[in-house]
Amino acid sequence: MRWLPCLLACQALFAQGELRFNLRHEPKTLNPILAAEDASQAIAYLTGGVLIRVNRLTQELQPELAESWKVAPDNRSIVIHIRKGVRFSDGTPFTAEDVAWTLQTATDPKLHSPAGESFSAKGSPARGQVLGPDAVSIVFAAPVASLERLFDQLPILSSKSPLKEKAALGPFMVASYQPGIEVVLRRNPNYWKKDASGKQLPYLDAVRLPIQQNREIEFARFSRGEIHLINQLEPELFDRLKKANPEAAFDAGPSTDVDFLWFNQVAGASIPDYKKDWFRSRNFRNAISRAINREDLCRVVFRGRGRPAVGPFSPANKFWFNAKLTPSRFDPTAALKLLQQDGFSRKGDVLFDKQGHAVEFSVITNAGNRIRERMAVLIQQDLQAIGVKLNIVTLDFPSLIERITKTFQYESCLLGLTNVDLDPNEMMNIWMSSSEDHGWNPSQKTPATPWEAEIDNLMRAQSAAGERLKRKALFDRVQEILRQEEPYIYLAHRNSLSAVSPSLRGVHPAALFPQTYWDIEHLSLK
Amino acid sequence: MIWIRRFAVAFLGLVFALGLAADWVAPAPYARQFRAEPNAPPSREFPLGLDGLGRDRFSRLLQGTRISLLLAPAAALIAISVALLIGGSAGFLGGWWDHAAMRVTDLFLSLPWLFLFLTARAMLPLNVAPSASIVITFAMMGLLGWASSARVIRSAVPELLSSEFALYARACGCAEPRIWRRHLLPHLRVLLTAQFWILIPVFILGEASLGLLGLGVAEPLPSWGNLIRELESVPALAEYWVLAPVLLLAAVMICFQLVKTGRGVQTF
Repeated sequence: MRWLPCLLACQALFAQGELRFNLRHEPKTLNPILAAEDASQAIAYLTGGVLIRVNRLTQELQPELAESWKVAPDNRSIVIHIRKGVRFSDGTPFTAEDVAWTLQTATDPKLHSPAGESFSAKGSPARGQVLGPDAVSIVFAAPVASLERLFDQLPILSSKSPLKEKAALGPFMVASYQPGIEVVLRRNPNYWKKDASGKQLPYLDAVRLPIQQNREIEFARFSRGEIHLINQLEPELFDRLKKANPEAAFDAGPSTDVDFLWFNQVAGASIPDYKKDWFRSRNFRNAISRAINREDLCRVVFRGRGRPAVGPFSPANKFWFNAKLTPSRFDPTAALKLLQQDGFSRKGDVLFDKQGHAVEFSVITNAGNRIRERMAVLIQQDLQAIGVKLNIVTLDFPSLIERITKTFQYESCLLGLTNVDLDPNEMMNIWMSSSEDHGWNPSQKTPATPWEAEIDNLMRAQSAAGERLKRKALFDRVQEILRQEEPYIYLAHRNSLSAVSPSLRGVHPAALFPQTYWDIEHLSLK
Repeated sequence: MIWIRRFAVAFLGLVFALGLAADWVAPAPYARQFRAEPNAPPSREFPLGLDGLGRDRFSRLLQGTRISLLLAPAAALIAISVALLIGGSAGFLGGWWDHAAMRVTDLFLSLPWLFLFLTARAMLPLNVAPSASIVITFAMMGLLGWASSARVIRSAVPELLSSEFALYARACGCAEPRIWRRHLLPHLRVLLTAQFWILIPVFILGEASLGLLGLGVAEPLPSWGNLIRELESVPALAEYWVLAPVLLLAAVMICFQLVKTGRGVQTF
């Protein structure tokens, strides 16, 4: 009898149909509408049922809990007809009231729900109106382009279930959570989906999510067969896996992530005026961009698993990427010519501006990020070739954020952006010159330059335009301006690299989150 | 065991000499990137291979050795000077100054170093040349790492002051500065030397820890800290040559311990 608990424990650990992969951080919440960081979002994706889903491979919309929907011509409202006969994991029926209640909860300003923030227009939250047991209308205060895509990020909660947010509509439900150790999800017995042969989905019985921050340990655990998946694998680890077990290594091509460099153009920043003049000059920015060898950067830093960037969107964003643009070509001679147009001259190994100041500036990046530190060292050597001295400063992340958002005590910054959403509307805060997140020169009362004014107008116009192709044309122009002016010097898109155990069936890694398990209900173990 | 100590001294001397001669011995400039073949294995041209950015590991190890082994003693000297000033004055003056100095020492002992470094680094000007960043890093270590030595000195000074030779000197009419110069400092020298030897490996490891966090010596300059950091991303068992900085650091630390023990310093 003494062996019985051990046997039961082993059975639990290696249960038939139990998928295992790591969470890289402690989940901050298990409430799906409050999920903001990776770990919570992973749990929300696996447990939360949404009305409309963006297919991670095709990037097209597909109905989930919504059977059909209709967006009003003025883009201010949507009427959704929900699927009938669906129940939450605890058996509570799913009704249109749940949709209205979820929207009301998510848009409650006290909650600061990331899912709810997208459902605000002109500072007012969207309102849900129940039209019947199976129909709901959602009205926005102002037109919102592609508003149906917002529902991909809104997991529906039950308004009546005694379990509240723990009642799940997604393929799994939270079975247990041991802080610092793991989260275990069990199959939702009332999940509404069936496969083509009529078999109840999901195929898996459970998902076990151990919490493990260290990527080396995560990789070792994958190699030992203790976990089945790794998302966003680092290039070095990917190469190791490719050598040891090529069947398990998946490269889904360019991800939606982008790394970029920008100069501080804040008028009141505490940097010398002559440097501000450099940074405001388009020729200077273009010259720095041309002096950076992006091909080398992708080959050396990303081990060939990256692609030179031309703008904020990578080719992974199939619809919005502007394929007509080409990345800045590495050409130090052309870079020097551009600098000469602004009065810069090279004497020996040092570049001087027209007032005789040696060209030297610092770049800040976050300490501990090996890839970005390596990028900075490569850029340092590239710029040295045109006589520019670059000082690399690695700072802890809070200090860095403080400098780029509050004190503006920096000259240039190297950072990256993960585009979770594919629609440019979600980047309004970055492109509008009045926004606090307008990186190179935030919170402008009036646009500082004509091209920033043009971007403001184009972004407003694309947001108000209903037709998708018209919006695309407007945003293409924004990408053209960004390519010409280079307020952000886009460097590279890293590839979406993942490790998938050969024992797992049905995996089709995608560039978008959650790369390997986006189709979780169809995954199964051999 | 004298031969072991001699061996340790000879080894340290050799490592110091190689570090000093890095510019002549190194096969390539430490910052030069051979981008065509990053992560190349050891070859006749590059005895320890190339790192992830195509830089010669051997040249960087030599340069890093120079930086770590020259500046750690310098930082130790700063720390000992501060410790002597604070610990010595506390022991000599006693009273409220002793209380105040020891509370400050306690504060420095209890403060988490790493966060102090993070804060101090965040406050420094950004446009600092890599060579200046090394000096700043080690100077900060020296200015922050004096507290334990100050305590030791503080406890030694009152004993020396009440010793017979000090009482005799005082009875003969010696002025306090002369007592300090002629009697106390020579007796403290053994203690100060021992503390100095203890602090050197502490600072070398301290810099290595900062380098592991990416907060030590600025790129492209190498140090043992940022060289060891490479182990995070390289399979050390398969590419055993990347272990060279760790082995050298371990060997130097052991040698420092042997030298120190031979000088009569007790290690607890």
